[in-house]
Amino acid sequence: MVTLIRGIGSRVVYYIDYVGAIGKLFFNSLYWTFVPPLKRERILVQARNIGLESLPIVSLVAFFIGVILALQTAYQMQKLSSEIYIANIVALSIVRELGPVITSLIVAGRCGAAVTAELGTMKVTEQIDALETLATNPVKYLVVPRFLAFTFMLPVLTIYANLIGILGGYLICVYRLGIRSSMYVQLTFDALSIKDLATGLIKTLVFGMIIAMVGCLEGMRTEGGAEGVGKATTLSVVTSFILILAADCVFTAIFYFIFP
Amino acid sequence: MIEIKNIYKNFNSNKVLNGVNLTITKGETKVIIGRSGCGKSVLLKHIMGILRPESGIIKVEGKDIERMPSKELNALRMRMALVFQGGALFDSLTVGENVGFALYEYSKLSHKEIEERVEEALCNVELCGIHKLMPSELSGGMKKRVAIARALCMQPEVILYDEPTTGVDPITAGSINELIRGLHDKFKVTSIVVTHDMKSAYRIADKIAMLYQGKIIAEGTSQEIQETDHPVVYQFINGLAQGPITETII
Ligand SMILES: Nc1ncnc2c1ncn2[C@@H]1O[C@H](COP(=O)(O)OP(=O)(O)OP(=O)(O)O)[C@@H](O)[C@H]1O
Ligand SMILES: [Mg+2]
Repeated sequence: MVTLIRGIGSRVVYYIDYVGAIGKLFFNSLYWTFVPPLKRERILVQARNIGLESLPIVSLVAFFIGVILALQTAYQMQKLSSEIYIANIVALSIVRELGPVITSLIVAGRCGAAVTAELGTMKVTEQIDALETLATNPVKYLVVPRFLAFTFMLPVLTIYANLIGILGGYLICVYRLGIRSSMYVQLTFDALSIKDLATGLIKTLVFGMIIAMVGCLEGMRTEGGAEGVGKATTLSVVTSFILILAADCVFTAIFYFIFP
Repeated sequence: MIEIKNIYKNFNSNKVLNGVNLTITKGETKVIIGRSGCGKSVLLKHIMGILRPESGIIKVEGKDIERMPSKELNALRMRMALVFQGGALFDSLTVGENVGFALYEYSKLSHKEIEERVEEALCNVELCGIHKLMPSELSGGMKKRVAIARALCMQPEVILYDEPTTGVDPITAGSINELIRGLHDKFKVTSIVVTHDMKSAYRIADKIAMLYQGKIIAEGTSQEIQETDHPVVYQFINGLAQGPITETII
């Protein structure tokens, strides 16, 4: 019993600690973002990496999601003979929920992990210490470009994923289920409002920050050689996933209850 | 120039530094010797302000580096350089970008001037013309020398070397010793050199200090150290298996 309580206690302390560390890194990054000079190339290099690494798999997954969603919706809607709602449901589910979340999870697994591995290796080979001895703040040099790149790339990738997902749904509905092409497009546009798009994209800004902060934090506090880097990378992905889904839950509730 | 007063440092329960006192005067070459794992690297990191002691004071030019605002500390770091034991080269940058890192980041020199400075620093460690390679393409000894070049390139007043001659061949080791001596004679660079290599220690040192069980137990000129009657120092410099040092390294 005592050990159980102690176990739970130490977990709680760990999480509070973690939130504190993330918060601190976040404010540090914000602070250093506004301390000149802000080297544009460094951000662009990161943004390009994120884009190049995740574009193929985001395309593939988004397309499949669109197709699956269309088929599953069709299965239900045909029973009610209301196929015209397929376009509506596919578009809304993708733009409001699946596009942002799936893209974030992919980017977390692909690029967030890569960031942790890179910074973790730099930590265990003393490169981060070396930065400090060269009068360079590691947060400014390493974290800020990644922070900005993730925050801005995620909405871009999400818009792209939304388009591909809707395309997937379109192809199924038009070529398999016999819905007229012009009608499907019309229905999709009617279904979507700016608000739907905005709720999706606002979320991704936050998800981007989560991925960058978790990825960098886990990297910067890696300890224990190559093994430590491996552990930190896994931990980074798992933590990002949990935080993204938790944040999504909060957002969805907020949008549902407060801004219906 | 650098005063270290009563530094204590533990990692969890491992007491590494146990009241280190050491003073380095301007322009001197101080060699720190000690067994593997006794905390030499940790001590150097304290001097650069990368690690913070649990208690004790480190003063550089009379100022406590722990109380320094970060701007001032960074300005100080531009005048000091630490050559890491493992090199700690940035593996995403080329050798040239590594060596010129601080100049590219902070100096107002043109790219061409920086490239010249980089080449000069690399030639000083006998690695002319390798600025385009990546650190992963270098051998261990080359990495170490590039790390030294990175330190030289800033033309610092103080250079801390962490085992500059381990892992390089004897001839290169000789030329690194020569280099350290040369910087001392020509530019009055203050050097702190951590090494196990007694031959190079005698060659370059003004003063040798021995770190043992978290304390400086002896300090003196090469001559004095060689003639020591301190049993621990005697055992260490003569590399004897028997003697007062028996505990294995944790
Ligand atoms: N970041 C750290 N976290 C925990 N323990 C550490 C850390 N850095 C060093 N230590 C411990 O401090 C002790 C001294 O390490 P240090 O690297 O200073 O040894 P050293 O004297 O430089 O040895 P060597 O000659 O082999 O380089 C070791 O026992 C090491 O385990
Ligand atoms: Mg060492």
